[in-house]
Formats: sequence, structure tokens, C-alpha cells
Amino acid sequence: MSDTRRTAPLGIVIGALGSAQNAIFPAAAAGFSGGLGGAGLLVGLGVGLAVILIGSAFSYLGWRRTTYTTGETDIRVESGVLSRTARSVPYERIQDVSLEAKPLPRLLGLVAVKFETGAGGADDLALTYLTAAEGERLRQLVRERREDEAAAAATVSADPAAPARAAVDAGPETGQVLFAMGPVRLFTFGLFEFSLAVFAVVGGALQYVDNVTSIDVWNVDIWYRWLKQQGSTVATLGPYAQALAAAAGLAGLMVVGSATGVVRTFLRDWGYTLTRSARGFRRQRGMLTRTDVVMPAHRVQGLVIGTGLVRYRFGWHSLSFVSLAQDDKEQSHVVAPFASMAEITPIVAASGFRLPTETTQWQRASTRHRNDLAARDAAIFVLATIVAAIAAPAGLFLIPLGLAVLAVGANLYAWEFRRHAIDEAQVYASHGFLSPRQEIATRLKLHSVEIAQGPVARLRGYATVHLGLAGGSFAMRGVPLAEARRLRAQVLETITATDYSRLDAPPQSAPAPQALSAAQSGLSENFLAT
Amino acid sequence: MDQPPVPPQPDADDELTRVHPNYAHALRVQTALGSLPVLVAAAVIEIALRKLDLLPPGLIAGVVLLIVIALVIRIPQSRFNARGYQMGSDRLRVVRGLMFRSDTVVPFGRVQHIDVAQGPLERFFGIATLTLHTAGNHNASVSLPGLGEELARDMREDIRAHIRRETL
Repeated sequence: MSDTRRTAPLGIVIGALGSAQNAIFPAAAAGFSGGLGGAGLLVGLGVGLAVILIGSAFSYLGWRRTTYTTGETDIRVESGVLSRTARSVPYERIQDVSLEAKPLPRLLGLVAVKFETGAGGADDLALTYLTAAEGERLRQLVRERREDEAAAAATVSADPAAPARAAVDAGPETGQVLFAMGPVRLFTFGLFEFSLAVFAVVGGALQYVDNVTSIDVWNVDIWYRWLKQQGSTVATLGPYAQALAAAAGLAGLMVVGSATGVVRTFLRDWGYTLTRSARGFRRQRGMLTRTDVVMPAHRVQGLVIGTGLVRYRFGWHSLSFVSLAQDDKEQSHVVAPFASMAEITPIVAASGFRLPTETTQWQRASTRHRNDLAARDAAIFVLATIVAAIAAPAGLFLIPLGLAVLAVGANLYAWEFRRHAIDEAQVYASHGFLSPRQEIATRLKLHSVEIAQGPVARLRGYATVHLGLAGGSFAMRGVPLAEARRLRAQVLETITATDYSRLDAPPQSAPAPQALSAAQSGLSENFLAT
Repeated sequence: MDQPPVPPQPDADDELTRVHPNYAHALRVQTALGSLPVLVAAAVIEIALRKLDLLPPGLIAGVVLLIVIALVIRIPQSRFNARGYQMGSDRLRVVRGLMFRSDTVVPFGRVQHIDVAQGPLERFFGIATLTLHTAGNHNASVSLPGLGEELARDMREDIRAHIRRETL
């Protein structure tokens, strides 16, 4: 019962009209270059007509060569004049059918039909243009197919997991507050958000002052005179006072930077609350512009636990959810921007993930990988050292030499944090220099596994394992090749067992409760120990 | 997991299936076409320098021509050799890359949709590119060029049938 059709012939008209639009500029250009007389007009018209003709011909050819087939199991579109593409979308994967009518197609009673899948965006299958009735028919058809399957699936998988899941969902019914930040916490947070952005603002303001007043702020002489004046005053004070003045200046900088951080944090995160309701995670924050975001729990693909250089020493971390949705400019949703591990633990548990425990078998990156990175980073400085030793005044070569030693040290230290692990349900990766960043993903919700090796990596027998995660990235670097293969086999075993269409349905055999509580007790020391 | 016993799954390097030999020819033509501008540029420089009479005639163009010929013979063949795939019962493994090797496995259970595409050159050589689209950000689409036209279609049907079976 497959049924092959063409798109609406009227679509050619839209293509032709589009080419008419394209013809305007070449025609005008040709017209002007041909002189403003009658000849120029004729040339312009000729060029314009030619462009329209060619465009229409392509539009026609494109139409002739585009067919779509609604088959037993999929929708297939074949298109392309020179390069042929046949795209097949199984009904099972179509999440929605959208009909879009821009003004011009609408006048002609046409719609663009888009079949949305998990791949999303530009990769989706689109048909331009169909008659509105045909578009509606396709949408209906897809719905019917989907319903047939849903019915079939319901009878097949009347699984025992379903009621259990309902119970899980019903559990945290009334928005339970998982995490909140009071003014004191916000203040602490703000201190760590040290920022000197205010000076950029002042710089901008100075430029503005420069424009509206006659004081020339960029004139060096004015400042020089002022500095000289101040400098002579300072010089009269003696060395102790000078040191004191410098310290005061630094302290002032610290105060300004911290104050900026505190103000910005208060504006952004005032009244921060994260609640768990039946619908998912709900985050409210903001003083002047209050935002309210809901993230469905089953959409969470992975977790990222980040921290900062200084705040890590004080035991502060941040937690983000990786999902396909975007948060402002961030790739993942921040759910706890500044929290202790003890506070993060319940949030992680509520999202159905587990933090690594003592029993998690962490694997370090290959030492060869570490050595290669250290050698690579030090090489440039060593080169500079050699050049300096030959050409520069004596002693100067010590600077690049010191930097080379630093580079090696930094790499050795960073290696301490580069680890990965896998257990029966999740994968873990941690990396970062001075401030470790930890990523957690569910094995089940991965989409592909890649083992990538550059020339050096091949020579030295390690690889990077890239895992396909929706809405984010997940990579384990410097994994010995044999282990990378083993990792891949394990992950694939989980992925292939469950089809994409079932991902959201049954909860992946919920982690055993006792394992969960064990996770809660032991993990924070473990994480801090990383 | 209550899946049927998994058939022996690909994971060793030695069992890769080669792509269609015509893929090497297609690559060769592509490389040759791509190096045309370089040849033309070399010829232009040669002619321009002819008047100055600095170098023995044909030195620049000759050397460039030799390099291009060497590249056209060597590179496509090694790129072809580096390519391989493995079609499992529930996954496709694609290996590629000369310097930067990449070895990707896409389970059919995560395939969103499937493309079979043919450029003009591929049509001439009777080969096609199979592209699997997944929902992950990394490897959002995994391409396997150089399959015989029929084979690419058959593989698409197999993968689709697998998706169908799994959802029912």
C-alpha cells in the first residue's frame, strides 16, 4: 500500500517567483552597466528574463525529481536534480507533523510539511509544498500509524513496570522544595563570583563622558600630569606608606570586584528555589526579571557537576542538567548553581541518577596520554628556552625553562582528575585542572559510541571515547585502546537492548534502594577526594 | 535485560567489510578534479616565468604535475583502504580516517532517520552514501560512503525493518 506522489505543482510557481526576486539585482546591474539609454533597459530586461527562466526551469526540474512515498513503515522523500537523496523516516520516529504556511504559499493554498524527529532541526524531513488538504491527510496518516502502534505496544508490553512507575510519579506530587538559596548563601555565592566587569562599564562610561564633555579623557598628558602630581605626593611618604598604598589599592580592587559579584548574583538568583513536582523540576529565580523554568524529569539526559578554582577549596559545587532544551545561552540547565555536595545529592537522586560511590571503579587515563600531553605542552617552552639560551642575554632562558616545568607540572596534576568509570546503569567522566568537572550520563540514553584516535594516540595506543548524548557531549579522554573497546561493548549492550521509542516509557529498572542510600552516605567524601 | 542471546558482535579490527572498489575510483576523480586549479596555477606561473628565463623550462609545472599525480594515485587508495564497515544484526560500525582514525558504532535502536544520497560522481560509479541520523549531539549524523547502490538500499531496508520490529 505504498503510495508515491509528487508535491503540489503550484509549488513551481513559488520557485519561479523566488527566482524573479533573485533576478532584480542582476537585471538592475546589467541595465546600469549597459548605459541608461534604451539599450541598457533592453539588456537589463534580457538578463532579468534569463535569470527568471533559468530559475523557473530549475524549479520545474526540482519538482519533477521530487517524490514522496507513504509506505507501510515509513515516509520516504526522494529529491535532487544532479545529486539524488532519498530520506526515509520510520513512522515510529516521527514525533510531530507541523504544517507551516508562509504568506505567499498561503495565498496559493499551499503548506510546508515538516516531520519532526528526535534528530531535530535542519536534519528533519520537510516537504515543500503540498496542498493544505494533502498536508492534513499526511498528518492524519502519521497519527493513525502512531496510534496503531501505541495500541499494539500497550497490549504487548503490559509490563509490571508500568504501575510501579505511576507510583513513582505520584510520590513527589506536591512541589517539594529540593534546593533554595537564602540571602546569606547568595552573599557567599556572590563573593565567589568576583568580577571586574565594572571597570569595563566605567571605561564605557568614560568614553561617553568624553563624547559629551570637553574633557579629553584619552589625552595622556592630563593623566600623566595627574599621576605626577599624585606620585610626588606618594613619593614624599616613604617606602612603607607606598607599600601600604599599593595594598590599599589591591584591597579596593578586591572590594569592588566582590561587590560587583554580589550585586550581580543577587539580581540573577534572588529567591532561588528548585522544586520537584509531578511535572518535573521547576526553577524560579531573579530579582528584577523573575524566570520560571520547568524541566520534565524524563528529559534529563545527563548531569554536570562543576566547580570553580577557589570555591572548590571551600567545597562548593554547581549542578546542571543536560537536556535538549536550552537555557538562556547555556547548553544545559543550571539547577543548583552554588551548593555543597550534601545538598546536591538529593537533587541527583530525584532526577533518577546516582552519584559515584566508593564502589565505583574509577579508571585513570593512560599514563602515556599524560606524558604525551606534558611533552606537547612543554615542547614550545623548551624551544623558546633553546632560542633564548643562544640569542638572548644570559639568564633570560630561565623564564621559558620555568614555564616548561610548570606546563609539565600542570599536566601531571590535571591527570589526577582525568578519570572515568562505568557501572551497570551509568557512565562517569571527570576532568579539569584545579577545578574538577564531573559528568554523569545514563547508559541507556546514549545514542552512539565512537572511538577516535589521532596519529599520536594510535602510535601510543590510547583513544578518546565519544558518547552521543542528546543536548550535550560526553567524552572520555586518554583511555587505553583495549579498555575503550570494552567500554564500547558494554555501553552498546545496554543501548541495543532498548529501542529509542521506549526510552521514556519504562524507568530503567530503577536503581536498587539500598544502593541509592549507600550512594548518599559515601559519595561526598569520595567526590572531594577526587 | 531480557533480550535474546546477542549474536557475536563486531568489535575486533580484522572483520571489517571493504566498501565498493568504485569508491576508490570516485575518490580518484574527485582528487584529480580538486587538483585542477593547482595545475592551472602552476602552468600560469611557468608561463609567466618563462620570459625571465631564470629556471630550466618545465621545472615548476613538472614538479607540481608529478606531485599531483603521486597524490592522485596514493591518497585515494589509502583513504579507500582506511574505510570499512560492519553490519551487525542491531548495529552499524563505521571506520574511517587516515591520520585521525574514528571507529563509530550506531545502534539501529537509536536511528532517527536514514538517507541514501548520490552525487553526480557517485551516480556515475553506481555507488551511494548511507547516512544515519541520531538524536545525540556528537555523531548527529554518521555517513558511510562508497556502498553499492543496491547494497545501500538494502541496508536501509534492514535498518528500517529492525526499527519496526523493535517498536512493535
